[in-house]
Amino acid sequence: MFYRETGQFKQSYAADSAVFPILQDRYGLAIVMAIAFVLIPMFGSEFLLASVMIPFLILSLGAIGLNILVGYTGLLSLGTAGFMGVGAYATYKLSTLFPQVNILVWILCSGFFSAGIGVLFGLPSLRIKGFYLAVATLAAQFFLQWCFVRVAWLYNYNPSGAIEVSGRTLFGIAITGPMATPVNRYYVVLGVVVVMTLIASNIVHGRIGRTWMAVRDMDIAAQLMGIRLLPAKLLAFAVSSFYCGVAGALMVFLWLSAAEPSAFDIKLSFLLLFMVIIGGLGSLIGSFMGAALIHILPIVIRALPESLGLPVAAATVEHLTYLIVGGLIIFFLIVEPHGLARLWQITKQKLRVWPFPY
Amino acid sequence: MLYNIFIDPFVQMVQMPDLLVQTLWEGLVSGVLYALIALGFVLIFKASGVFNFAQGIMVVFSALTLVGFYAKFSSWGFSGHAAAFLALLLAAGVMLVLAMLVERVVLRPLVNQPDIILFMATFGITYVLIGFGEIVFGGDPKQMIANELFLPSGSVDIEMLGGLVSLQKIDIAAAVIASLMIVGLALFFQKTRIGRALRAVADSHKAALSVGISLNQIWVIVWFAAGLVALVTGIMWGARSDVSFALEIVALKALPVLVLGGFTSVPGAIVGGLIIGIGEKLGEFYWGPLLGGGIESWLAYVIALVFLLYRPQGLFGDKIIERI
Repeated sequence: MFYRETGQFKQSYAADSAVFPILQDRYGLAIVMAIAFVLIPMFGSEFLLASVMIPFLILSLGAIGLNILVGYTGLLSLGTAGFMGVGAYATYKLSTLFPQVNILVWILCSGFFSAGIGVLFGLPSLRIKGFYLAVATLAAQFFLQWCFVRVAWLYNYNPSGAIEVSGRTLFGIAITGPMATPVNRYYVVLGVVVVMTLIASNIVHGRIGRTWMAVRDMDIAAQLMGIRLLPAKLLAFAVSSFYCGVAGALMVFLWLSAAEPSAFDIKLSFLLLFMVIIGGLGSLIGSFMGAALIHILPIVIRALPESLGLPVAAATVEHLTYLIVGGLIIFFLIVEPHGLARLWQITKQKLRVWPFPY
Repeated sequence: MLYNIFIDPFVQMVQMPDLLVQTLWEGLVSGVLYALIALGFVLIFKASGVFNFAQGIMVVFSALTLVGFYAKFSSWGFSGHAAAFLALLLAAGVMLVLAMLVERVVLRPLVNQPDIILFMATFGITYVLIGFGEIVFGGDPKQMIANELFLPSGSVDIEMLGGLVSLQKIDIAAAVIASLMIVGLALFFQKTRIGRALRAVADSHKAALSVGISLNQIWVIVWFAAGLVALVTGIMWGARSDVSFALEIVALKALPVLVLGGFTSVPGAIVGGLIIGIGEKLGEFYWGPLLGGGIESWLAYVIALVFLLYRPQGLFGDKIIERI
């Protein structure tokens, strides 16, 4: 009763296949957008913007990229952080080689570089799948990370071995480097993430997305139906790596401001995989939910003892965080193996039929 | 350039055979470690189809438990060989409790879920074990009680091929113990009632259930067996370096080993481990300098990748048949 679509009639095919066919969903989206674009920058503290919202959005983008590969196409990848690193290093090289071009252009362009690398490491996916493919992508992860350490050209022979971000502007407003305020950076990240999510939503709801899902559900059957596996799988690798690359570039340029190769180590890959699985395989909103849970939960746990006035050492809190996050991962998997996105769907259904059970 | 890649390393090998033997031996030793970790993976994968990422952390956790118990005993003034072996028994007991907990809390509710969900659940186990281990034992590296467990230390120098090859005694012991354990496991699988039940479960869960094998019991047993393998691995590895949480990343090396040997084959895990260990060390020693060193970190995966393209089921694995 809280939520019903009675009386909303679709009169065209386009209306029927819309991403948000129900009026309430569109209102909900508008409210979320209003909160994200107006309320959070207005009332949010610097900490909320810089350490919670910006990382959350960037990780969501990476999770969407990984979800395209794991959730929609069914190809298990453990090399996400490597592809993110390619995006970051490509942006760094391009922006130092051609400093006059706007940094946002390079951030988006860097996606093409990681897409290329992704396709290269995606080639074995035609012959192997499952955990075997995970090994192939692990090769990408460790090889790329090795490149970030050993190929000095990538970080401009910087003696520290790290890449540093110089101040860049967009329409005269500083968006990267030390001069950029969290609000400005937040707006840039939010804009990129919203636009790219929209594009991803259109891709996965369209013909390409259905191709991917057919491959995921059973690749041999998909092949018999006339789907060419190699282009479909490689396209998934390309699009996924594109998203990861842009996320990596955003991560270095708008969140961390400097990055060492260890920022892109295997732990980040696992973190993104957690987000995708906890959020829900094959769901874009799930990617956001997973990112929110995995990123914000440790922050809350860390802040909790202090706010309650409990005297707990910082190291203990760190270990407790591990313990609790691990426990929650198992808990969520048991409660709902299809992730938070499914829980969200169930909640909506319950609201729709309330006060009746069916 | 081509000379450097294709000819020079072999010339070096022939000219200095003692260095070659030393490198081979080092590769063999790290191969044994990989093989032991992979063995734990294979045991669990065969019986429950779970790809157990937590194996690496189980190694650390069991070693820490052992050292922790011994430290507790010696703080009560009870030390020496007897205390060490009591600690060993207690550590094995802890692994049994862990196996039962994992079966009850994680595996049973997740029966029939897709592989990737179970894989993720073992990630959860990993995090819980890291957090728990760090809270109980602290994060700093610890000394393994090698002497108290009658493990030899020091090294033997063998003069051969016009040079000196130095072998650590602990490595020899590790190789011997690993082979004993493999023989023991093979006997256990082939000759005992439980071993037969384990093989039945590996063949088909449903058929095993229908002849009255309790899956839950079997899972406890394999997780306990994997825990024991982890304990032995932890002792061996801890005796060579300190016991710390750094082994987590080495556990990932078990993946290429499994790919090489096949996910379901115990001998495959051993052979795969040795190939990866030796290949890695040879590659690092002879071809590493050409690329600027450090290629050990990814060489194993690339070897596995190339291998996968030719033989996707691994050396000893069952042929993968896809049905629609």
